[in-house]
Amino acid sequence: MWRAELALLFRRTRTQALLGVLALVPIVVASAVRFSGSGPQPGEGPQFLDQLTHNGVFAALVGLTVTLPFFLPLAVAVVAGDAIAGEANLGTLRYLLTRPYGRTRLLVHKGAVLVAFCVIATCVVAIAGIIAGAILFPIGPVTTLSGTTLSLTAGTIRIFAAAAVVGGSLLGLAAIGLFISTLTDAPVGAMAATAGIAVLSGVLDAIPQLHAIHPWLLTHYWLTFGDLLRSPVRWTAITKNLLLQAGYMLVFITAAWARFTTKDVLA
Amino acid sequence: MQTDPMNLAPDATADDTFAIETTGLTKRFAGTAVVDDLNLRVPRGSVFGFLGPNGSGKTTTIRMLLGLVNPSSGSVRLLGRSMPGAANKVLPNVGTLVEGPAFYPWLSGRRNLIRIDAAGSDPQRATRADRVAAALAHVGLSAAAEKRYRAYSLGMRQRLGLAAALLRPRSLLVLDEPTNGMDPQGTREIRNLIRAVAADGATVLLCSHLLNEVEQVCTHAAIITLGRLVAQGPLESLRETTTTRVTVETDDTERAAAVLGRLGLMQIAVTGTLVSAALDSQRPEDCCKALVLADVGVRSFVSRRPSLEDTYVELTGEGFDVAR
Ligand SMILES: Nc1ncnc2c1ncn2[C@@H]1O[C@H](COP(=O)(O)OP(=O)(O)OP(=O)(O)O)[C@@H](O)[C@H]1O
Ligand SMILES: [Mg+2]
Repeated sequence: MWRAELALLFRRTRTQALLGVLALVPIVVASAVRFSGSGPQPGEGPQFLDQLTHNGVFAALVGLTVTLPFFLPLAVAVVAGDAIAGEANLGTLRYLLTRPYGRTRLLVHKGAVLVAFCVIATCVVAIAGIIAGAILFPIGPVTTLSGTTLSLTAGTIRIFAAAAVVGGSLLGLAAIGLFISTLTDAPVGAMAATAGIAVLSGVLDAIPQLHAIHPWLLTHYWLTFGDLLRSPVRWTAITKNLLLQAGYMLVFITAAWARFTTKDVLA
Repeated sequence: MQTDPMNLAPDATADDTFAIETTGLTKRFAGTAVVDDLNLRVPRGSVFGFLGPNGSGKTTTIRMLLGLVNPSSGSVRLLGRSMPGAANKVLPNVGTLVEGPAFYPWLSGRRNLIRIDAAGSDPQRATRADRVAAALAHVGLSAAAEKRYRAYSLGMRQRLGLAAALLRPRSLLVLDEPTNGMDPQGTREIRNLIRAVAADGATVLLCSHLLNEVEQVCTHAAIITLGRLVAQGPLESLRETTTTRVTVETDDTERAAAVLGRLGLMQIAVTGTLVSAALDSQRPEDCCKALVLADVGVRSFVSRRPSLEDTYVELTGEGFDVAR
């Protein structure tokens, strides 16, 4: 049944536009590197950028690195903030609930759609990156950050694993957005608040004096997905990240459930 | 005044008598009782008008009936089951139109109906396409089925809302202002539709400010003001709570007033050449005869049966401003 929820989301022009913008980012970056003449020097620019001229598949990883701080959280904030508040704002919530669509069931389906969106959004970036990279640059065996070489297939699998981990990194934010979405009937407010929390987390993470709280911040481990491109893979930070996201999900999904199943639907 | 229960079927059990039954239903917003100790009884099979001024608490009551809003106190039974506990069992049999239609602007009318139908835990996928097409035809929207909801006019939106309420066979329809924004043909169609649904044995709760509409289609009604029920019962008995008035047109208003006074009529009022008075138990024909016998020159004599509007105004007041 939640597939209907998924279809509703992806049939919407706004969702398609969000995914289009996400796909555009790695394409633009790859094109810029290709047509600017001088390639990037090692250590210059975002993670993996210096590898791009040697191997086009790195466009996917550059794309993930570049979209993760801003575009991806924004897209997640839009979809998550809209989840319940959007239905309330349209008035469709009262008709869904009297259909009847149990409140818990509706929340579970909206949550499942959010998880799917996080993964799909990051895969869109990765796929657009690989395609653009393959067109603009040579592709071949992937050199890991540790200097070893992986076959193109194995490298591509690593890249999609990285996309999945990035998708997983966004789940905490999605859960926060879902909770905020149950608090209000104004979807724009819920979206802005969710995006604001992602920004705030990034800002706090950049202040060294607050290092005590850094490991608990939503965004702290976001860029550690690059550890998947080491040989052997370094799991410590990735595991910590995924556990942290699971913790955020547990807290905020419970809060969303407690709120949504008891609230008066007046919209 | 609470006119009492309606012609109950003799073999009806307690649970079968009323499609909707509330007990002491109360909702407070920020301390104000917006719905106040409401004991609403909607007999099964009735077309029940739910009337009241703007802000009197009708929609809030309906939201509580449907489990959208939690009562501050009191309880609701819908189709014999307690709400909101039995929502999953009861609501599939209830078609609703609450505070206007609401759909996804980026989907077509037909896709919107499919979406709402698929949303429940009883998908009935096999018959869906047919039921959607039939509902669209029922409200005269077949030609606009593929148009996006964004492009629908006010009346078309209202029609689509009704189509959603009619997607499945229902035992109860709860319609809040169903004819809002509809053209005369649409309004008449709604009236026919309500009659047809009722003829099939369903109960209809109809919220409307169009009292002559209500008078044409309803068998029962309740009147609510400031969240309190001031009357409910069969339409006939509601009208009887308001007195019939007679009006005499004559040159000799003084004598006419005296004669009517002697007969025991109340609230005698003279305006120009008209004398009007409220009947108590007298028959209008006796009044007319007495006037003629007393040599009053009667130009015309009218006895007017009270309309629902008379009752409504008497119970809810003439005031135009919303009460709060
Ligand atoms: N969310 C809310 N918070 C506070 N008060 C509210 C809220 N919703 C409704 N009210 C108040 O409850 C009262 C009843 O509102 P309701 O919508 O039930 O009226 P109604 O009878 O449906 O009116 P109308 O005929 O205009 O549709 C009004 O005084 C309104 O101001
Ligand atoms: Mg209302």
